[in-house]
Amino acid sequence: MPLEDYTIVIGLEVHAELMTKTKLFCSCSTSFGNEANSQVCPICLGLPGTLPVLNEKAVEFAVKAGSALNCEIANFSKFDRKNYFYPDLTKAYQISQYEMPICRYGQVEFFVNGVKKVVGINRVHMEEEAGKSVHSGATITDSEFSLEDYNRCGIPLIEIVSEPDMRSPEEARIYMETLRNILRYANVSDCKMEEGSLRCDANISLMPKGATKFGTRSEIKNMNSFKAVQKALEYEALRQAELLDAGKKVVQETRTWDDSAGITMSMRSKEEAHDYRYFPEPDLVPIVLTDEYIQNLKDSLPELPVAKLNRYLNELELPPYDAELITANKDLADYFEAVLEYYKDAKVVSNWLMGEFMRLINEQGLEIDQVKVKPKDLAAMFTLQDKGVISSKIAKTVFEDMFKTGKDPDAVVKEKGLVQISDVSEIENIVQDVIKNNPAPVSQYLEGKEKVLGFLVGQVMKFSHGKANPQMANEYLKKALDKLK
Amino acid sequence: MELINKSALELHDLLDKKEITSREIVEAYIKRIEALEPKLNSFVTLTLEQALEDADKADEMIKNKTSTTFTGIPIAIKDNMCTYHVKTTCSSKMLQDFKPPYDATVIAKIKKAGMPILGKTNMDEFAMGSSTETSFFGPSKNPWDLERVPGGSSGGSAAAVAAKQAPLALGSDTGGSIRQPAALTGVVGLKPTYGLVSRYGLIAFASSLDQIGPFTRDVADSAALLNMLAGYDPKDTTSLPNKRSDYLQALGKEIRGLRVGLPREFFGEGLDKEVEKAVLKAIDALATEGAQIVEIDLPYSKKALAAYYLIATAEASSNLARLDGVRYGHRSENQKDSVTMFKHSRAEGFGPEVKRRIMLGTYALSAGFYDAYYLKALKVRTLIKNDFDAAFKKVDVIVTPTTPSVAFKFGEKVLDPLAMYLSDVYTTTANLAGIPAMSMPAGLTKEKLPIGVQIIAPALAEEIMLNTAYTLEKAIGTIGLPTLEV
Repeated sequence: MPLEDYTIVIGLEVHAELMTKTKLFCSCSTSFGNEANSQVCPICLGLPGTLPVLNEKAVEFAVKAGSALNCEIANFSKFDRKNYFYPDLTKAYQISQYEMPICRYGQVEFFVNGVKKVVGINRVHMEEEAGKSVHSGATITDSEFSLEDYNRCGIPLIEIVSEPDMRSPEEARIYMETLRNILRYANVSDCKMEEGSLRCDANISLMPKGATKFGTRSEIKNMNSFKAVQKALEYEALRQAELLDAGKKVVQETRTWDDSAGITMSMRSKEEAHDYRYFPEPDLVPIVLTDEYIQNLKDSLPELPVAKLNRYLNELELPPYDAELITANKDLADYFEAVLEYYKDAKVVSNWLMGEFMRLINEQGLEIDQVKVKPKDLAAMFTLQDKGVISSKIAKTVFEDMFKTGKDPDAVVKEKGLVQISDVSEIENIVQDVIKNNPAPVSQYLEGKEKVLGFLVGQVMKFSHGKANPQMANEYLKKALDKLK
Repeated sequence: MELINKSALELHDLLDKKEITSREIVEAYIKRIEALEPKLNSFVTLTLEQALEDADKADEMIKNKTSTTFTGIPIAIKDNMCTYHVKTTCSSKMLQDFKPPYDATVIAKIKKAGMPILGKTNMDEFAMGSSTETSFFGPSKNPWDLERVPGGSSGGSAAAVAAKQAPLALGSDTGGSIRQPAALTGVVGLKPTYGLVSRYGLIAFASSLDQIGPFTRDVADSAALLNMLAGYDPKDTTSLPNKRSDYLQALGKEIRGLRVGLPREFFGEGLDKEVEKAVLKAIDALATEGAQIVEIDLPYSKKALAAYYLIATAEASSNLARLDGVRYGHRSENQKDSVTMFKHSRAEGFGPEVKRRIMLGTYALSAGFYDAYYLKALKVRTLIKNDFDAAFKKVDVIVTPTTPSVAFKFGEKVLDPLAMYLSDVYTTTANLAGIPAMSMPAGLTKEKLPIGVQIIAPALAEEIMLNTAYTLEKAIGTIGLPTLEV
């Protein structure tokens, strides 16, 4: 039976680090990439006798995240202990929320090939990060020893558990991208998969088309990029289909994705699964939130992607493609709006961002926040264009220079002598030179082949090194040729 | 002048009047400790040199008039409270070399007050036991009879105060670990309302039950020391943000009309006749002072011990999991990967009673058993709280025996865990309900062994509880302290 005859069922558990300055239960810094064990204290090291104190900012961020994901926010929630032994877990339990999470029952919308998809969110809960094991060898099994870095231990996380609502690996990837976008908009997580501040585990199962009872699922771990999420699930769907086709059963187990080999491998079976022995965390009091507190945080949320998209379509009248592309990246949308502060024509700005701006960014593999061009300067460049100081062609040259150096457009134009020629007599002189040097096209034009005009305008531009005002070049060339008729 | 015979408040008066110095007090105690320690084994670690230095600093404070009530008065600390760079072992092989890089909140308070710390006292391993017999460093002896246990788990602190090795000591009480040894050694031991004293730096046994409290020779010292220990701590979010009381000021008020509850369930089967007689005599004394005696029922108290041993062991199994040999504490040489390191380090580092309780707690929390054990125990806990809420509508305090019998002999119960657990039968209810309770001497048996009477009060009613104890102490007189040959 081909894969098309199965329904793929996917649910994701996504972990996102919250962007608090300090850890969830102590005042150690959360910054990334510092010397091992330089951001630890007796509390996050779990020394005997220490007690956790909840970071209020983390609660705030979790409520914001839940609100952005359209969740119900609990007035009463609490922490539980998830018990397991691992060297990177200093207390041998993770403080998490099991029974009563802070957020429940939300949903996320996105488009898959132009079709709207809604995925339910079962819950969003807070928990703490573990540390990081560094093995002396290539893998844990052939290492002589391992070292532990606890800088990450205790950084606040939210776990976002979806309903099993996704029906293709592509949907899963787009769901992840949508989550990242929403959390970035809500300004609660930087969601960098490469730094591990956004991670996901996936549950996937197959059932024959038309069936209603889910098949046996496997859980896939270790997918470290959006692409990997899709690839791993595509592989796993095929693997399960082949098993089922051969009359075999899918085993309920946890599997790990090997990105370089492009396969999933069994990690542990259901029987080997941990019994986490959850129980209420006695060292922390429950979290009690008033309706007012929750509402204030909801009100403080910035405009979220869906709302922004609708505004771009309806108010700014951007084409759907542009509007979707810009809103899909919060940094790009922020940049776009920053330019609009200084230059009102949204379509001009959007065209430019979709064109030259993204071209250079993609060419150089940059992120939006690494771009040197200030929004104000880009707006100034548009104004120069409008005033006829530079042509649209020159603008590209100017922009390239701005992109490289971060200089403002006036400086670039001055430095490179790129001011557009708009002086009538200067243009007339160039036109005369062009007519003189192109007798054949000129006679063709005079014989009625008006299409040749474009070529001759091009010659004017070339002769002027692109600096001639194109409208004037057109106008005066036509005038001069008509005189020859 | 025998300084070691004075109460802490008496010493304070003498210091205040400049008749003595803190150094003299500490020197007197050092002499006593050195003489008796080989017999008693009250301490795991002695910090006598540091205590002398701190005594000199305290004398400076007194001279500079920056002193407070306990400035210059030495204290002994149960070895499960973290002391900066001083070994904190919980009487376990697991932590025998553990030197915390921080002070518990109560230790910080003690240091700020200028109290010299004489040492860290012996206890049952990780506070699990009722006799100090589970200590990795050997048991402490009861100063009244060296063949008998001092009780536990804070047995070292109790023995030190009873033997005049320290005027004051701190203990911790999870199911009776202050009150039971106080009863067995004839001193005053107080477990405050849950949340009154910060737990930050107390190595947890069962987080929802643990409280730190004072051991003293009399009720006034107990009230004064509680004044110093109590208070909200931002480092412990389970500590209570209530306004401060002055417990010492509460003493000496008339108790005429005070309603004293006598729970029938605490005077039944298993209670030693001599203990019963002494406790009833104490109750008569309160009646003579004008108290009104009311018989009450605490029907669910019979289930308390079972609920207690489920909740306490469940929490302990999680609290003690961090002792895995990775970062500190005992690490086994016998290891080939992280899992064998965990297993062997824990197998070698913990004693049999700790292992038994970790296994009990792990079992109680396991998938498939959680509802039947842990969850049910939590429900019983609520019922016990309800019992007390109902009782305290009728009475102001409740008076019971602290323990069913007096100090037992070494080896008598250590091989029979259930018999040992029954020593806590009257004490665990207060921990489960989170309410304050204290034990004070009610008399001596014919064999000259101390008998303890327990006073239980509603949450945050320590003032009433202490005043009742103070009145009783005056009415029945003290039993004195044991005469030990030095």
